[in-house]
Amino acid sequence: MNSELSTLQKVDASLKRRLRKEFLFRTTGMLATAVGVVFLAVFFATLIGKGSSAFKQTYLLLDIELSEEVIAPDGEMDLAYADFDGLVRTALRRGLPEASGRSERREMNRLVSIGAGYQVRDLITASPELLGTTQTLWVPAAANVDMLIKGNIDAELDESLRPLSDRQIAWTEKLRIDGRLKSKFNAALFSNGDSREPELAGIKGAMMGSFFMLLTTIILSFPIGVAAAIYLEEFAPKNRWADLVEVNINNLAAVPSIVFGLLGLAVFINWMALPRSAPLVGGLVLTLLTLPVIIIASRAAIKAVPPSIREAALGIGASQMQVVFHHVLPLAMPGMLTGAIIGMSRALGESAPLLMIGMIAFIVDVPGGFTDPATALPVQIYLWADSPERAFAERTSAAIIVLLAFLLLMNLAAVLLRRRMERKW
Amino acid sequence: MQSTTLLLLLSLIAVAAFYLGRGRSLNLVGGPGRGMELHSLPGYYGYFVAIWCVLPALFLLFGWILLEPKVITALVVKGLPQSYQAMPSGELDLVVNNMRNLASGDIVSTAINDNLRESAAEFVSYQEQSRQLLATLVFSLSILGGTIAWRRIRPDLRARNRVETVVRWALVGASSIAVFTTIGIVFSVLFEAMQFFQKVPVTEFLFGTNWSPQTAIRADQVGSSGSFGAVPLFAGTMLITLIAMLVATPIGLMTAIYLAEYSSSTVRGIAKPLLEILAGIPTVVYGFFAALTVAPWVRTAGEAAGFEVASESALAAGLVMGVMIIPLVSSLTDDAINSVPSAMRDGALGLGSTRSETMTKVILPAALPGIVGGILLAVSRAIGETMIVVMAAGLAANLTANPFEAVTTVTVQIVTLLVGDQEFDSAKTLAAFALGLMLFIVTLCLNVFGLHVVRKYREQYD
Repeated sequence: MNSELSTLQKVDASLKRRLRKEFLFRTTGMLATAVGVVFLAVFFATLIGKGSSAFKQTYLLLDIELSEEVIAPDGEMDLAYADFDGLVRTALRRGLPEASGRSERREMNRLVSIGAGYQVRDLITASPELLGTTQTLWVPAAANVDMLIKGNIDAELDESLRPLSDRQIAWTEKLRIDGRLKSKFNAALFSNGDSREPELAGIKGAMMGSFFMLLTTIILSFPIGVAAAIYLEEFAPKNRWADLVEVNINNLAAVPSIVFGLLGLAVFINWMALPRSAPLVGGLVLTLLTLPVIIIASRAAIKAVPPSIREAALGIGASQMQVVFHHVLPLAMPGMLTGAIIGMSRALGESAPLLMIGMIAFIVDVPGGFTDPATALPVQIYLWADSPERAFAERTSAAIIVLLAFLLLMNLAAVLLRRRMERKW
Repeated sequence: MQSTTLLLLLSLIAVAAFYLGRGRSLNLVGGPGRGMELHSLPGYYGYFVAIWCVLPALFLLFGWILLEPKVITALVVKGLPQSYQAMPSGELDLVVNNMRNLASGDIVSTAINDNLRESAAEFVSYQEQSRQLLATLVFSLSILGGTIAWRRIRPDLRARNRVETVVRWALVGASSIAVFTTIGIVFSVLFEAMQFFQKVPVTEFLFGTNWSPQTAIRADQVGSSGSFGAVPLFAGTMLITLIAMLVATPIGLMTAIYLAEYSSSTVRGIAKPLLEILAGIPTVVYGFFAALTVAPWVRTAGEAAGFEVASESALAAGLVMGVMIIPLVSSLTDDAINSVPSAMRDGALGLGSTRSETMTKVILPAALPGIVGGILLAVSRAIGETMIVVMAAGLAANLTANPFEAVTTVTVQIVTLLVGDQEFDSAKTLAAFALGLMLFIVTLCLNVFGLHVVRKYREQYD
């Protein structure tokens, strides 16, 4: 045998190296896939870890005397100016007798949320016959007390480094031992609008804003999108105009959303003088944004209807319009609806264009219509994420959980719809 | 009358018109049993009348609503004393705004004088008159249109063809909205950008290296003359995009290859939907995660390694943005790999190459154009991404290539310039539109080119 290696030997010699490469390649692929999945796991773990505590809120049990002298000094109830906060403070002081001096008392007053006074006012407004009685009420504790109970404020820290003083911590401890502190479901999160006080801040306003916006969007974008898809698939002559529209739609689907915000600002607000911060304008912008998504999905759904259906209908004398509206459209509807839901879930998560049209204002009232100033759920998340308070960070995570839950529901609906109505031809 | 009530009433009229038209067509031929003598199905006669009833009225309604505020304001301003009319347009706008607020019962920013009160009253009365006139006109127009159409019904009227023509035009209209949106974007952004370039030369904007858009409110203020050199923004955008693509491209590519070639169907069945979830998470949530979780990590890790890391480092924003783009890259790569004919793969495997060799030497080169197109689309997405950078990147312009420093991006500046109260003639506000124009042009080029490549490539093997 000469020193020249045969082909087989060459292959054998390199095989080990090649297989090692193969193994490396495969492992890299596996790791790459793992990165995405691990990120997702870490993401949800941190989110739930941070946000789940916001669904509970600490409440204080106070015996509040609805004294006639304060509420109805002249025999007439003075709901606008009566010192309800004073009533709450007196009740709080009764439970904690050690406070003396003004600054100490002020510190004590900060244990209870300013929402307590409103709660008392609402109670007496709803049932005036309680005047003069003493009511035992659960009122929201201040956000810092809530954070302390949830373990987010370190009592070991130096007094100057934490938002609660030693005295306040001692009082909180006393209240806790007396059984006057309790962690309950945070109903305010779902029934209030935004607030500067974390313990009173809720996402109802943002949810209603998002709701009105999505309603506008679906009312406009679904019919328009379906109509456009029908035209492009069934009627459009194959000419330059159709090509242009086609390229256009594909492009629009990839235009950055903030550019749609600029369009909304320039056209809807500046030129058409529609109200700023209104869900109507937000809905219009989101309509333009989701239209390409819906058109593309609807076209795919129409394409999936086999030509034999059209031919059969044409054959028995239907007009082209009748073919489309009586046969193609009903058969393509599930696919179109799926596309619409996906478009809506994209619209629900969108925030950048909404910042442009002023839906970023601090709005306490829950919007009741399409032109009331409002904000949207993702924008609310953005606003809260900017707040330095610890309690807002927790609520931001909670709002994100709610938003993701909605998105999950919508996508689940889309998947179920597809699975149930899907038809193999 | 409110326009929503008007719309509601119009739809009621339309329903009534439908039945009237349908009934008349049947009556003309002598009852439902003889519908065969009509040219079209009876329903089409109904639609015919309803369309005539509603369509002209609707056009009137929307045109009126669009023009009404401008006309009324012009009328009221005309009624103001001479001293007001001589005001510069900005001040006059302020007066008009106050007057409008007064009319709608909102808070007014200046002292209310008699002129203002008078014109507010005038405004309200004009508004009421206009609404009444509108309601009358809309109703008479709809009834007039309906009557004409109703009288035109004959058994040989080609109602179906007419209705179908209208529907067809409606379809054309719907499909051209997409085109109008693009035109709207181009014009709205271009128009404002032009105004900006009248104040700031294009060359300074494109090549200047100093960005500080704060313009002085008073002339005697120091250090805030406003300079609009956008190079630091472009550089910041590119830095963050580069980091994002360095994360997303290899990971997305390898994920797609692994899921297409190696993984069992169970793994694929689990991993694919999970990655799709990644694609469906709103960007504001990514931004929150980047700012509150990833940025501190990057900072601690960087400081442990001896680097000085800004708390709003480009790295944190870029990393999270990269993760966001992974699903996009991997799904486009998946498409590209799948459209390579299986004969090529089988041939390579048959010659004895390993799977990785088949992939890197045969399939990837064949799929390269598609992959490149997909990556271009991903770059366009990264450039236009807003919320992640708004929340996790810096605000101050900083011309640097160091990923540990804070940089700002085009989108961040658009948001900071436009959020809050603005006046539409200041260079600061207009600068946002100039930036928007740049953003639109760049992403448009990337999209057109990327989509073209992707599609062309797909057809190549079909």
